[in-house]
Amino acid sequence: MRHLLTTQGLPRDEAIAILDVAEDMAAVGEREVKKLPTLRGKTVINLFFEDSTRTRISFEAAAKRLSADVINFAAKGSSVSKGENLKDTAQTLAAMGADAVVVRHWASGAPKTLADSGWIDAGIVNAGDGTHEHPTQALLDAFTIRRRLHGSASRGRDLDGVSVTIVGDIVHSRVARSNVWLLTTLGAKVTLVAPATLLPVNLSGWPVDVSFDLDHAIAQGPDVIMMLRVQGERMAAAFFPNAREYSKQWGLNDERMRALPASSMVMHPGPMNRGLEISAAAADSPQSTVLDQVRNGVSVRMSVLYHLLSGAVER
Amino acid sequence: MSVRTVLQHADITRALTRISHEILESNRGSDDLVILGIPTRGVTLANRISAIIESVDSAVIPAGALDVTMYRDDLAQNPTRPTRPTDIPHGGIDGKTVVLVDDVLYSGRTIRAALDALGDLGRPRAVRLAVLVDRGHREFPIRADFVGKNLPSSMEERINVRLEEIDGVDEVTIG
Repeated sequence: MRHLLTTQGLPRDEAIAILDVAEDMAAVGEREVKKLPTLRGKTVINLFFEDSTRTRISFEAAAKRLSADVINFAAKGSSVSKGENLKDTAQTLAAMGADAVVVRHWASGAPKTLADSGWIDAGIVNAGDGTHEHPTQALLDAFTIRRRLHGSASRGRDLDGVSVTIVGDIVHSRVARSNVWLLTTLGAKVTLVAPATLLPVNLSGWPVDVSFDLDHAIAQGPDVIMMLRVQGERMAAAFFPNAREYSKQWGLNDERMRALPASSMVMHPGPMNRGLEISAAAADSPQSTVLDQVRNGVSVRMSVLYHLLSGAVER
Repeated sequence: MSVRTVLQHADITRALTRISHEILESNRGSDDLVILGIPTRGVTLANRISAIIESVDSAVIPAGALDVTMYRDDLAQNPTRPTRPTDIPHGGIDGKTVVLVDDVLYSGRTIRAALDALGDLGRPRAVRLAVLVDRGHREFPIRADFVGKNLPSSMEERINVRLEEIDGVDEVTIG
């Protein structure tokens, strides 16, 4: 695998191969020596144009567990804030000998631009670009679902027939997009639930069902309910009247939590707005996978870096 | 080049039975033994050896799996390899005599990787190596302690180990 830019078009077998290696990486996380020598001598650069503590440290932990050298490059307070463009930044990183660049950017498509540009030879991992995609989040979500459902028998399996309901701010959510593509590739049935103002205008080509009624969606007893963060920072205009109204209509509150089957898992990509899209009781319940998702994130990112940086170079 | 069978089911069983006795003899019994197979077929062989030792010594010998993929030195030369589970039996390997089991010993690079992998999992008292077939052409100063069959081969030849649990038949072919 040369780059990981999107989950749209990621073949099923390749996705399962990533999840399977992640199973073994998870076992490494439980050992006393949580380190493998696999990527010794490789340099991974975390290039973050947008704030993200958890994704960055997750990638950093993953690279370090594989013995790669990690350089963190935050755009704030760097040459970028002095006006350097993406091309010059990329060429600088190439000159430093980057083998892989993990990119988080506010502009949709920035990682693809880097991968296609020829400015830099490194493998590119999209760590979230604008409202486009966040492929490693979707992979870790799929991994978390598969593990909760199948436990130690997860290897080689897909998510055939699993029903996943994604709730909230779909239009601004790269997590939702990456999950829609990946989960449906793996055989899951995805339903989107959101206020009409927070759904993309054109959903043709999306392999999903759409509902505007969260209570109805919960009554269907989905295997997974995934609550998205309300992204205040991406909302220039008012998409709903106020926070209380949103929480009442679209939040996973205690009452809806009780209506949910005990076997359903509750997911959230974090960071959570407790009391807004998810209640504290829902977030902390045994059905919640929030901390599993964080833990699995490191394993899945180790697997992604391994797939990018091992193997005969296909250039 | 024609393919010929060098070991059949009975030969493989005899070789593994002899190896099991040799392991018991050199270890002076079955105390503190751990048998670790290297995936894929080494794991099957490790389980068989553990079962044979159990039947002759009536002691339960822990058997497990040691995946060495992430420790290989040829990851950059080949397509990305899938990993396999590592399964260390309860009780770990600290202070134990670990017998590594693989199907074919060739360059010795897999065993070099296995020794590194073991070092990250604990500190065995001793590490031994058992292989079904030793085909020569070593590239490292590594030798097997227990060998099913020495099979001098040219580097162009392919040695194929098939085991009933995985391949439906027990045989070793060369060709």
